[in-house]
Amino acid sequence: MSNYLDGNAAAGALSELFAVDLTAAIAQCNGCGNTTVFAESRVYVDAPGTVARCAGCDTVLLRVVTTPTNTYLDLRGLTYLRVPNS
Amino acid sequence: MGIVSPGFTGRRGGGKDLPPGQYLTHEFPVLSAGPTPHILTDHWEFTVTTETGEKYKWDWAALMALPAEEITKDIHCVTRWSKLQTTWKGVSLDTLLADVETGADFAMAHSYGGYTTNLPLDDLLDGQSWIAYEYDGEPLDPEHGGPARLLVPHLYFWKSAKWVRGLVLSDTEDLGFWETAGYHEYGDPWKEQRYAGD
Repeated sequence: MSNYLDGNAAAGALSELFAVDLTAAIAQCNGCGNTTVFAESRVYVDAPGTVARCAGCDTVLLRVVTTPTNTYLDLRGLTYLRVPNS
Repeated sequence: MGIVSPGFTGRRGGGKDLPPGQYLTHEFPVLSAGPTPHILTDHWEFTVTTETGEKYKWDWAALMALPAEEITKDIHCVTRWSKLQTTWKGVSLDTLLADVETGADFAMAHSYGGYTTNLPLDDLLDGQSWIAYEYDGEPLDPEHGGPARLLVPHLYFWKSAKWVRGLVLSDTEDLGFWETAGYHEYGDPWKEQRYAGD
């Protein structure tokens, strides 16, 4: 039994931070270079924060932790996110 | 009419055993920030690396050869569940670190799968922490951190690193996986140190 969801599970946490829907963005993993739609990442929500991992190599792509006063966003596992201009 | 206030529920309801902001559960929730590593005991290794780079290693047989302790402790997760009187078997860090020469103040626990968490070295000593390999009389299930996890029950349970594979000792305090993302560097449940700055 898998203990993760697809990248759409991060949509709520990310919509608090970004004006665009990042689950539709193209994401490149800083670990293996895998380049896919962010929605194809594996998202772990049964945790103290939201953690998205590369479906190819399990590198942590993104972390979101919401505290009562702040939201922490760690994007260090992403080489880039590519979002089309509207 | 009873003479005991219905507000008094004693140990069964948690009562004085529950730190502030916690609720009692009889389940054992599984929290995980990544895939569950399945580490065979034949391949398991635990390494302590001192601040001078010296390494001390134990394989599974060496761990099993050390004196084990039965441990009964309450555990408190930062996501607000607490579970009382959990029973474990493991080797005290006092035993593992007895012959390790170090003057370090801090430790970073490292796990199979890449997880890390930081602790003051003093919090791993004096009967406060163990490498636990049994829970409730059974070998520790991988989803709960088996074959062996760190058990530091006086701190929030994210400090009790699942799938532990080593400690790196240091003179300076670095921050681990959750501590770099807004969680408290120490994590005392009785002081409700959930987030940085609490």
